Amino acid sequence: MRGNKKWANAYLVFVFLILYTPIIYLIYYSFNSGGTMHDFEGFTLEWYKEVIGDTRLWIIVLNTLTIALLAAAISTILGVMGALAIYYVKKRQMKQLLLTLNNVLIVSPDVIIGASFLILFTIIGIQLGFTSVLLSHIAFSVPIVVLMVLPKLQEMSPTLIDAARDLGANQWDVLTKVILPFITPGIFAGFFMALTYSLDDFAVTFFVTGNGFSTLSVEIYSRARQGISLSINALSTLLFLFTVVLVIGYYFISQKSSTLYGMRGRRK
Amino acid sequence: MSCASARMMVRDPMKNSVRNVYLFPYVIWIGLFVVAPILLILYYSFFDIDGNWTLANYKTFFTPIYLKMAASSVWYAFLITFFSLLVAYPTAYWLTKTKHKQLWLLLMILPTWVNLLLKVYAFLGIFGTYGLANAILETIGIGTKQILFTDFSFVFVSVYIFIPFMILPIFNSLEELNPSLIDAARDLGASAWTTFRRVVFPLTLDGVKAGCQAVFIPSLSLFMITRLIAGNRVITLGTAIEQHFLVTQNWGMGSTIAVFLIIAMAIVVIATGNRK
Amino acid sequence: MRKLISFFAAVFFASFVLLYVSVQLNKTEGYAGENTLTVYNWGDYIDPALIKKFEKQTGIKVIYQTFDSNEAMMAKIAQGGTTFDVAVPSEYAVSKMKEDGLLIPLDHSKLPNLKYINPRFLNLSFDPGNKYSVPYFWGTVGIVYNREMLGGKKITSWNDLWDKDLRNQILLVDGAREVIGMGLNSLHYSLNDTNKKHLQEAKEKLDRLTPNVKAIVGDEIKMLLANEEAAIGVVWSGDAAEIIAENDNLDYVVPKEGSNLWFDNMVIPKTAKNIEGAHRFINFMLDPKNAAQNAEYVGYSTPNEKALDYLPKEITEDKRFYPDFESIGNLEVYENLGKRMLAYYNELFLQFKMHRK
Repeated sequence: MRGNKKWANAYLVFVFLILYTPIIYLIYYSFNSGGTMHDFEGFTLEWYKEVIGDTRLWIIVLNTLTIALLAAAISTILGVMGALAIYYVKKRQMKQLLLTLNNVLIVSPDVIIGASFLILFTIIGIQLGFTSVLLSHIAFSVPIVVLMVLPKLQEMSPTLIDAARDLGANQWDVLTKVILPFITPGIFAGFFMALTYSLDDFAVTFFVTGNGFSTLSVEIYSRARQGISLSINALSTLLFLFTVVLVIGYYFISQKSSTLYGMRGRRK
Repeated sequence: MSCASARMMVRDPMKNSVRNVYLFPYVIWIGLFVVAPILLILYYSFFDIDGNWTLANYKTFFTPIYLKMAASSVWYAFLITFFSLLVAYPTAYWLTKTKHKQLWLLLMILPTWVNLLLKVYAFLGIFGTYGLANAILETIGIGTKQILFTDFSFVFVSVYIFIPFMILPIFNSLEELNPSLIDAARDLGASAWTTFRRVVFPLTLDGVKAGCQAVFIPSLSLFMITRLIAGNRVITLGTAIEQHFLVTQNWGMGSTIAVFLIIAMAIVVIATGNRK
Repeated sequence: MRKLISFFAAVFFASFVLLYVSVQLNKTEGYAGENTLTVYNWGDYIDPALIKKFEKQTGIKVIYQTFDSNEAMMAKIAQGGTTFDVAVPSEYAVSKMKEDGLLIPLDHSKLPNLKYINPRFLNLSFDPGNKYSVPYFWGTVGIVYNREMLGGKKITSWNDLWDKDLRNQILLVDGAREVIGMGLNSLHYSLNDTNKKHLQEAKEKLDRLTPNVKAIVGDEIKMLLANEEAAIGVVWSGDAAEIIAENDNLDYVVPKEGSNLWFDNMVIPKTAKNIEGAHRFINFMLDPKNAAQNAEYVGYSTPNEKALDYLPKEITEDKRFYPDFESIGNLEVYENLGKRMLAYYNELFLQFKMHRK
């Protein structure tokens, strides 16, 4: 059994290394005085200085984060509702139809989504900018949330709900005390996937943005014509390290507080 | 929705009204951002490049060139899904066995938050003739190979991109697994492998399905890395749509291909949903 | 449940804080004011110092937005919904936008600096009399090759690319008109040929090039060539200048059969709100000193005759990027072939891409 565990860990480390190789590569070259992502010439902090002095870039970073967080949160709420709706629908065909419609945005190439949203927003009369970008990010993140939450709902045994109901719980109690806690991992998974979609999206945002509003991906893509400047590497490095610290910090804080809660509970 | 109003609704004999509350915002979303664009696409697919009503686009789709493209899209999507699953399942499985598993899971997802184009550029450097991968091949005595612009690099990078989307749902379904089931199987004398094959895998099938959908469907329409990593040696339907919408301005043909993609997606959803 | 609620509350709180900070930053930077000018240009296609200078001179705040393809830019402008005061399309896009009524005619009395533009670059087929557009940069399509990797082999013509020794050594740029055009040029046909027989012939000839083609790529072609990933690349001259600056082994040639002459141009789209400011901006960019500064920063060839006086000799005397037009016979500007013909070019290009499998 112990030998098995060693292999398991070796495998995980291997996958981990592969996932991080390109990122380490980016970080490494962000210190390159040569100005390109090949031929490391010498160590410099020039790119970091350039990034820190660039207010426009920081506005874009803030925009990107705001959009990503808001879109992920709202689409998670919508997506959970959607998953519940699909779960509750009794008719098989109806279920299938809803699921198919749900997945349309996942399969549609970004260009089509972008172009059709652009037409849609002009018809409705929404100004291009923050609102239109937020709305489209919510729109294309909902289906992935549904996909993440639905399996959790289906795993839940119906007897659980019946039992709760027999004990006198009403609909709202069933939802908040039984269903939501059960599907919480799915909800978090959906949230993080939505965040990922939003942070990564270029094509859709490109079509629906305007009036000076921009996100990081759009900025990076449009700078690509002249070759990506290493200040973008430097910026990504900073953002990445910041996220890593945030994630680890959040994890240990929440761990600590939950063990505290747990202990208090046990003492009672 | 407030607690009070929900409680009031429960007293109502029509329990369905509560369920409709979930349905309502979701259906609005579907109407606005799914049905409306689908109708637009359908509408455009019946027009030729000069704006005349025609069925020619559909006829064009059934010419060898587009059929070949469709077949190769499906084939690559299949490969990508297969290898993603192959890598992701053991990863998710062993992740659930680690201490701090939630943290490790998060750390596995983190790389996806770095801009895709940047990572792809990094891969261009890593897989290049003088890149890291070839340096490793050189030192272990295999010698420099062309890695960039091959099927291998295309599938590799696609799998790299999609892996988190596969790991997450599988991890979740593994987490839900009741450990006593496994203990029971072991007590009954099943080997580790039998337990896995007979108990663990079937019970996590829903997660696997969700993961496969989240990978297979978007990989049908990959476009950026077909150019960057595969050097246009791989042409998918997504690439063609991109071309028709942005370069040729032949929205009709682009929409027609999109219609077929949507149909393909519907088939996938129905096929993976039926066994339940 | 409590975990869920506190998590979402935290997320909403964080995003509102971020939103507040970015709004404040926008205000201090002046992007929120009234006196603004939105310039819609390719990424990194202007010296940022010039924007600062323009803002200082006129008191107009410039909002600089970027696009990555003519087509996407046109889609955006055609749809409206956002303000663009100045845009920089390529020549074929100018004629298309003109056709679709997306442009506002220029008031030449507000552009006195137009006189500095070399007359060779004025009054071209895509915009007779420069009613709608003013050239910004120009260049050619040609071959970048690596002297070192080719071992002294000279490349002077398109037909040299079909050499059997060049197996897997060529990178092509991902553009239908460029690649099909290369086939046409190598057969001594016009770049604007609409004879389907000639086009078929060109496509068949290109199919025979397949074994030599390593990849068909986009902007990353610059990095790949500078990195010696392949010995030969078919690129635009502006990109070539950049690659050569990075790697001394590389050289650029405009093939002797002829090639394409391209222009990026400043126009005022119909979405413009600040037309007065747009004219001032265009005139500012036409100022010889500013044009020279911009050309030095971007590295492309400027059409501004007077600006050449302000540029270093090693730039202006480089025959590869400022050729005498007499020495290269057959430089053609792309004509607008119409949607149908363009679709046909693209269809052939798609078939060429598929042929490799």
